[in-house]
Amino acid sequence: MIKDLRQISTQTVGLIQEQQDEILKDWIESQLTADTLRLDLMDQKKLEQESKALLKALTAALGGQGRDFTAPNWQAVNGLLKEISEARDKAGFSPTETATFVLSLRHPLVERLLSSKKISSLDEEVWLLLDILDQLAIFTTEVYQRRREATIHRQQEEMEELSTPVVKIWDGILALPLVGTLDTRRSQMVTEALLDAINTTGAEIAIIDLTGVPAIDTRMAQHLMRTVAASRLMGANCILSGIRPQIAQTIVHLKINLGDIKTESTLAAALKTALATYGLKVTVSE
Amino acid sequence: MTLERIAIVKIEECLLVTIQVDMHDRLALTLREDLGERLLTTQARGVLLDISGLDTLDTFIARVLAGISSMAKLLGAETVLVGMQPAVAMTLVELGLTLEGVHTSLDVDRGMALLKKLLV
Repeated sequence: MIKDLRQISTQTVGLIQEQQDEILKDWIESQLTADTLRLDLMDQKKLEQESKALLKALTAALGGQGRDFTAPNWQAVNGLLKEISEARDKAGFSPTETATFVLSLRHPLVERLLSSKKISSLDEEVWLLLDILDQLAIFTTEVYQRRREATIHRQQEEMEELSTPVVKIWDGILALPLVGTLDTRRSQMVTEALLDAINTTGAEIAIIDLTGVPAIDTRMAQHLMRTVAASRLMGANCILSGIRPQIAQTIVHLKINLGDIKTESTLAAALKTALATYGLKVTVSE
Repeated sequence: MTLERIAIVKIEECLLVTIQVDMHDRLALTLREDLGERLLTTQARGVLLDISGLDTLDTFIARVLAGISSMAKLLGAETVLVGMQPAVAMTLVELGLTLEGVHTSLDVDRGMALLKKLLV
């Protein structure tokens, strides 16, 4: 937001206040004839209401003392714009359409100023007014963007929660089905979840299943090694399973050394090995 | 000043060391010395290091613990490190200290079982 905003003269504010109804009429008319009109998303009554409320708040804010948009007298405008921007985003308006709504006020406002003969230093007043409206339009876009960012953030968190389940598949045997790629952040979460599960269940074997992993690189291999090393420090052994032929080829190609980590082709094979270490065996009942 | 010491308990042919206080460098070195002595006098064949009471572990202590394991090996005893907390395991791995060659186990019970298997 621009901090150094010079005050609009009281003359101009007075003029806008006086002619508020006419300005509003012009504004709504211009919106109704514009290309960006979306009566499919919002009816005319709502549009008139929003326009009226915004113009009223704007006039009040212009008459106030504060020079920048964080000042108390701009709070009503900020709040209103935030509301409008969010509502329009939900209704399906594009950010351009919402910004155009604010920018479309430029024409009727400036026209009134120009046709009035009473205002001194007219050029400066017009520029100031245009600057303010530009800022307001940018603000609506910013609100829109912030909403999007919040959504992305929330989804990311949900995804991370969903993607690190540690399941107990037998007494003393845990399974960690990995889906997607492991970055530093995720690998830390996965390791933490696994170690906590080892601690609480007292499992001695953890099967890390890579069936849902599309590709592997040196970095991810390193993360895996760390998870295995940390589990070993606690006293649990890891078995890697579900390594696909392509991934196995990559591992060989990249000369990644998985050390002495035990690997099995499928989760079933890994489970069999794990059961065997406990001296268990699955047989057909008589 | 009374010197703090960590108790070393002999059970059958094993020495059990339970670390319940916060380790500092002097204490760790004293433990290493004491354990060496005890291994000689008792002719124990196994060492069980229980670190479940430790919430943090710095690199120096970790190296001393690894050193104890190698020293015990030279004196004819196997060492099993038991009960490492998840946070400690994460930190050690981050620091690149994976304590290769040290046996590990989840708790004293299982550690004892592992020792018996190693000593057969």
